[in-house]
Amino acid sequence: MIRERRGQAGSLESCDALVIVELSEEKKGILLELDSPSLLSYEEAMKSAVIETLCSLGVADALVKIQDRGSLDCTLRARVETAARRALAFQKHGGTI
Amino acid sequence: MKNKPQGRVLPEKIEGYGVVRPYGLSSVHTPEIKGKDPSGSSRKVLSSLEEAFRRSEIRDGMTVSFHHHLRDGDLVVNMALDVLAGMGIKDLILAPSALFPVHEDILRHVRSGTVRSIQGSVNGPVGRAASGGLFDVPIILRSHGGRVRAMETGELAVDVAVLAAPTVDEMGNVSGVYGPSACGSLGYAFADARYAKHVIAVTDNLVPYPAIPFSLPQTEVDWVVPVDRIGVPEKIVSGTLRITRDPLRLVIAEQVARVIEESGLFEDGFSMQAGAGGISLAASAFVRERMKARGITGSFISGGITGQSVEMLEEGLFTSLLDVQSFDLEAAASLARNPRHAEMGASFYASTASKGCVVDMLDVAVLGATQVDTSFNVNVNTESDGVLLHGIGGHMDTAAGSRLSVIVTPLLRGRMPMVVDHVHTITTPGETVDVVVTERGVAVNPRRKDLLENLRGKGIPLLDITDLKRMAEEMTGIPAPIPFGERIIGVVEYRDGSVIDVIRQRL
Amino acid sequence: MKDFTLRRTSLYIPGNNPGMLVNAAVFGADSVIFDLEDAIPLAEKDSARILVRNALRSLRYPGVEVTVRVNSLSTPFGRADFEEIVPLGPSAFRLPKCERAADLREADELITELEGRSKIPAGSVKIIPIIETALGGSNLLEIARSSDRIVALNYGAEDYTADLGAVRTREGRELDDIRARTVMAARIAGVQALDSVFTDVNDSEGLFAEVVRIRELGFDGKSVIHPRQVAVVHRAFTPSDREISFAQRVLKAMEEAAVKNSGVLSLDGRMVDAPVVAKARKILALAEAGRGVKKEGTRHEE
Repeated sequence: MIRERRGQAGSLESCDALVIVELSEEKKGILLELDSPSLLSYEEAMKSAVIETLCSLGVADALVKIQDRGSLDCTLRARVETAARRALAFQKHGGTI
Repeated sequence: MKNKPQGRVLPEKIEGYGVVRPYGLSSVHTPEIKGKDPSGSSRKVLSSLEEAFRRSEIRDGMTVSFHHHLRDGDLVVNMALDVLAGMGIKDLILAPSALFPVHEDILRHVRSGTVRSIQGSVNGPVGRAASGGLFDVPIILRSHGGRVRAMETGELAVDVAVLAAPTVDEMGNVSGVYGPSACGSLGYAFADARYAKHVIAVTDNLVPYPAIPFSLPQTEVDWVVPVDRIGVPEKIVSGTLRITRDPLRLVIAEQVARVIEESGLFEDGFSMQAGAGGISLAASAFVRERMKARGITGSFISGGITGQSVEMLEEGLFTSLLDVQSFDLEAAASLARNPRHAEMGASFYASTASKGCVVDMLDVAVLGATQVDTSFNVNVNTESDGVLLHGIGGHMDTAAGSRLSVIVTPLLRGRMPMVVDHVHTITTPGETVDVVVTERGVAVNPRRKDLLENLRGKGIPLLDITDLKRMAEEMTGIPAPIPFGERIIGVVEYRDGSVIDVIRQRL
Repeated sequence: MKDFTLRRTSLYIPGNNPGMLVNAAVFGADSVIFDLEDAIPLAEKDSARILVRNALRSLRYPGVEVTVRVNSLSTPFGRADFEEIVPLGPSAFRLPKCERAADLREADELITELEGRSKIPAGSVKIIPIIETALGGSNLLEIARSSDRIVALNYGAEDYTADLGAVRTREGRELDDIRARTVMAARIAGVQALDSVFTDVNDSEGLFAEVVRIRELGFDGKSVIHPRQVAVVHRAFTPSDREISFAQRVLKAMEEAAVKNSGVLSLDGRMVDAPVVAKARKILALAEAGRGVKKEGTRHEE
């Protein structure tokens, strides 16, 4: 089994989102679990925010779990970026940090 | 043949009087006392709710009403429905003045067929189920004024009113201010007692006759049923309601106070209604400061009354309170002791079928919203996701009656914009809405040029309503349309009984 | 003075709090400080930096000066803060732990380089140094004059008094010296003097009294840590009717002198010189800003 490199960011406070990004070495693309009160109105916008953010960081294969609490687009993108960067740093440092 | 009551010979007919109905052929007791007991005592007091329903001639398809003064602490609605279900009654129409989360039990009775529909008001769980299509017929949503008007005109004919009675005597005089389940005002129950064919008072505090002061008179009550408990006190009235500390809500509240102060209405004799919501309560606190600073003595505060209203009365800032619902312990206690704190029924408060209601005397009403649109229409029934979650309360009544209706809402809730192009549901028409206050700006209805003139140049951030909508969407993005089906699950009646909107099933 | 931006209040907004960042503009403060420094634990420095960057990139803050308190360049976080935030062109950086002119020159050079790289006008990101040590306190003037970007001087009461070994009091006597010297250095350098925070958010009387005092000392504004402190500070900064009418008379006398083409300006038989005129202008600006509960001009007043 391939060990996952994991990064987490954000919180469950209102207007925030708790994001977990697990990098994967398997070429399975981005798997997204999204729970949000805004889903009905903004599901597509939220999905593209996640994909775009990960793409810009060169992340193509990852499991992303998001518990959203009504975050705006800029917040969601920030939390995904932070979680992904943390996962990447973990990978880079071989899990020593 | 001659009549001979008590040995006296009376003619059958007297010239200049008419036909003689001789003494002794009818009851010496008032016919309202249907349960006449030969012993002469406790004629109305029955041992069970089932007995009371039976004597009220309950049948399938009848309409049963409830008042909501025990709020989330109410045990009577669930108790009554359990009894009715046990009796095998089907297809009831419920007519509550409001429902609370505790009443989620209703859903069970809908599924089993005991309850067929609801007229009046819904709340979270019941509304959500309705939006999902649980009910075979649409919910009819009415305001407090609309509900009592429908009773007055006969559109809503209640067969049996089941009244949670915090204190009652054996003849059915009911008071809300005493007893272990005291709730203060019983304003919303007045019409139920008056217009229902059969009236059952359920109590956990049966007191010696006469219960004085009383809110509902014995002349309107058929049966009295003592039970162990009608309510959970800590859920009936709250302790002191605290002013919000949320800085965003305080910003909105302060703007509300500024708008009121500069509206042209802020002078001696000023009257207002604000309610117990976070922003409303804080707005009242700011208004209070400004009344003191400017030495203004108001006339009345109406509607739901809080401890803060009581303090303002006692400080002499207002001369009277008109209380249709007491929100906290202080309000309930004040109603019991202060003659300037008056209980009012829903008809007196808001009925268009009455000969004059309080909302028409109101200067300022501060009201909430789940959505506002660029035509100033207000939605208080459905949430941003299109689900029916709330009743109307007095919203459309006070908006229509008051000289200044102020809608308060944060511009966003989470990611959802609160100012939109079109509200999902029109509860209160834009033509009765004067100003919308958010943390990012204040929008005056263009119909109110006079108000706009008064507010200009006063440091109030005036904006066009379309600017508010644009600012919100800039932050949130444009929301995708909500997937509504064709089926109508709710009808929103305006206060005069006309239909202002319908609510469709959420897919 | 180099700029006339009103900074009666500078409201700290924790940089990792999305709700507060979104609403930063609505509390009526003249200036807001998105804090990446003391409000953020070490493990969340990256998170706050990215969040603040995104907020600056996508949200609008009408009518309020947006500044960012970055981490000092002497910490492992400072450089990344500069690199991520300068390209978004905030009004100013609040630079903590400034001790020498060299600290400011280093920051100035890095900002200049980043401004060039991200094609925003050179010099657009201002600097407000925060003095938090005895060494910084002894170099106030050198710091104030170290960069053209500097628009105000600020000191941090908690860290400064801790460094001195002074005891914090409600009256703030331990701050008398740093306050006097901050104002003096600011005036020499032609920049604003900004006072530190008042930490008891429930004591609005204490706050009001303190602001009245620091205004008397010459301060132009104060940092606040809670939205509810904003109105109190603004009230304390609102000039009295007497101050306003004197200022109006000064300006009227000046206009009349200009009409008469008279070189010398006098009022009530006393000569009025440039600092008095400047002060009169400031009083009237404060009076204008203090009208109403919320500051006007920060919103879309029609």
